[in-house]
Amino acid sequence: MNYLNAGYGLKSWLLTLDHKRVAWLYFISITGFFFLGGAAATLVRLELITPAGDLLSSDAYNQMFSLHGIVMVWFFLIPSIPATMGNFLLPLMLGARDMAFPRLNLMSWYVFILGGLFTLTAVIAGGIDTGWTFYTPYSTMFSNGAVLAAATGVFIVGFSSILTGINFIVTTHKMRAPGLTWFRLPLFVWAQYATSLIMVLATPVLSITLVLLGVERAFGIGIFDPALGGDPILFEHLFWFYSHPAVYIMLLPAMGVVSEVIACFAHKRIFGYKVMAFSILAIALFGFLVWGHHMFVSGQSIYAGVAFSLLSFLVSVPSALKIFNWLATLYKGHIRFDAPMLFALSFIGLFLIGGLTGVFVATLALDIQMHDTYFVVAHFHYIMVGGMVSAYMAGLHFWWPKITGRLYPEIWARVSAIIVFAGFNLTFFPQFILGWAGMPRRYHAYAEEFQLLNVFSSAGAGMLAVGYLLPLLYLIWSLRYGARASGNPWDARGLEWTVASPPPKENFATVPRVDSEAYAYDTPQ
Amino acid sequence: MTRPNNQTTVIVAHQFETLEQQFDADLLGMWLFLVTEALLFSGAFLALAVYYHQYYDTFSAAARELHWLLAGINSVILLTSGLAVALAEQAAEEHRRRLTLCWLSATIALGVAFLCLKSYEYYMEYRAGLIPFLDQPFAFSGPDPHNAMLFYNFYFAITGLHALHMIIGLMVLLVMLVLTYRWRESARVARQVRIAGLYWAFVDIVWVLVYCSLYLLGR
Repeated sequence: MNYLNAGYGLKSWLLTLDHKRVAWLYFISITGFFFLGGAAATLVRLELITPAGDLLSSDAYNQMFSLHGIVMVWFFLIPSIPATMGNFLLPLMLGARDMAFPRLNLMSWYVFILGGLFTLTAVIAGGIDTGWTFYTPYSTMFSNGAVLAAATGVFIVGFSSILTGINFIVTTHKMRAPGLTWFRLPLFVWAQYATSLIMVLATPVLSITLVLLGVERAFGIGIFDPALGGDPILFEHLFWFYSHPAVYIMLLPAMGVVSEVIACFAHKRIFGYKVMAFSILAIALFGFLVWGHHMFVSGQSIYAGVAFSLLSFLVSVPSALKIFNWLATLYKGHIRFDAPMLFALSFIGLFLIGGLTGVFVATLALDIQMHDTYFVVAHFHYIMVGGMVSAYMAGLHFWWPKITGRLYPEIWARVSAIIVFAGFNLTFFPQFILGWAGMPRRYHAYAEEFQLLNVFSSAGAGMLAVGYLLPLLYLIWSLRYGARASGNPWDARGLEWTVASPPPKENFATVPRVDSEAYAYDTPQ
Repeated sequence: MTRPNNQTTVIVAHQFETLEQQFDADLLGMWLFLVTEALLFSGAFLALAVYYHQYYDTFSAAARELHWLLAGINSVILLTSGLAVALAEQAAEEHRRRLTLCWLSATIALGVAFLCLKSYEYYMEYRAGLIPFLDQPFAFSGPDPHNAMLFYNFYFAITGLHALHMIIGLMVLLVMLVLTYRWRESARVARQVRIAGLYWAFVDIVWVLVYCSLYLLGR
């Protein structure tokens, strides 16, 4: 008797209060959004094979990159690891029977779906062409797209992350098993906790900003419109006050996953545990102080620009500490190159490149040159896709046996990891060079000398598509034909590996007692 | 999904070990929710502060058109309702059902009175032609009516958002009234009233900020 065969009807899934089933609801929905956003990206890359804007009209192109951005950021990246693996694993890692608020947990999924429906409506009812940032006054006064429906969708989905954040924080504070002190928590839990803090502290500011944008668009109430006395730069400040920390909502959970995977496949205690925990909190904190680096060319004060530039450099310190600690964990480890490890190692490499180029664009003078070029596009895709999505795949493969009770086909997973790594670099490395040479973002036509690198990039996108479709196939295949997994197939440490795979409905028959630190790989479990 | 606990009458939700753990979790959840609410309002207050700084003279002239006395009376009403809900929490803590019912009803009555008075205030502003949207004639007589519109936009957006929170708070209090009327487990009712009271207190405090920044700042 486990959580999967505890009930079979549709109702037992749609009205479930089990955190493990809620994780599945999220998993299925965000996979749908991932491939929708991916389809939009495919059209963008197809258009960019030739310099002339021939495949899509400029309007259609604007709608495609906006759809790609909105869906990927708000409906895939932000919920991704917290809502799926976080939901599934947090209570298991804490030795709890469920989240503190199971009903709220289910409600957050319904809120997510409602927001998603609004956004899909916007796509069907004429599309949206503002980009994912909804900059005013274009979004409020000039855009002909369904801005209101899309903004409402994003507004609603914000409450889904607020509810998830509240639930995670309360669960981590109040539901830890006896003996599970803060410094015995797995780093995955620390990462979820810091992410939840950002969700709770930043998302409401986005909500009110979108409300103000919505009333301006719907009723002609001037808040950000210069014609009505408002200031569009204020919108940018409020927007990035949320959306820069949101980058860390997407990234911190990835760091948590990678810490678990690296420790397991190096079969070693994580190096510098406390530094890792505090650097997660430091990144969450600094994340709130750097939003102005998105606005170096907006006309904000030069002194603000200098301060934001210096503060942005600071973020690289805890990030670099994490990379050094992962490498130190690998040192003299018994390393195994299973698929989760391959994905985790590509995370480290790609995140390193993304992070270092982040220092370039955080440099005030250099950013004037780089701003709104493909260099920035490449930079954040190295963080978001190379970093975050690689970690998502690492975690998905790592915990797949626990979640489903089945093993995935290892050889195919390794093939997929290598295809994704190669395809990713082929797609986005040329974009660094394109941006450096001055190719601007968001245009469907470009100068002819940029064509060769754009063809490389589009070819890489094709590989990337194969790399992401493969897991979809073999993971579904493994649900039925995969070999049965034992409770702890990786010889990993952590409370989630002490229960059967898939876990029983109530997680733990008796409340576990914890008397050792996390990652005790030097002692047999 | 509930299982009996050794304290015969009290039922703990399945994910918790003890009733105390459950109540602590509920209380922390409400505090966190209030943090998000505070940040929601903070965005609007920040934007107001920026424009107040930019158009100080216009904004203070526009603020002087508001009915500060009426809103002041309303503040007294709302703060009194805050006292009433605190007394209701106290009464529930002491397991006094009738007294809890009385204080909860008083809170709701005062809250409704606040909303009625606020609606009357909106009506007076409508009569004075101070509504800068919905194609109403805008009859602000002071200097720079263009930017004064911006002030009234904030006035209606912020007080409207606050009124929405009042309505939600009143619905929560009505649920508390029903729960107190039923009086299933006194310890549980006491905690529920306390958590609801926390939300109501937050709505009160936000109003104090609204009153100071919109009505009094320009005087």
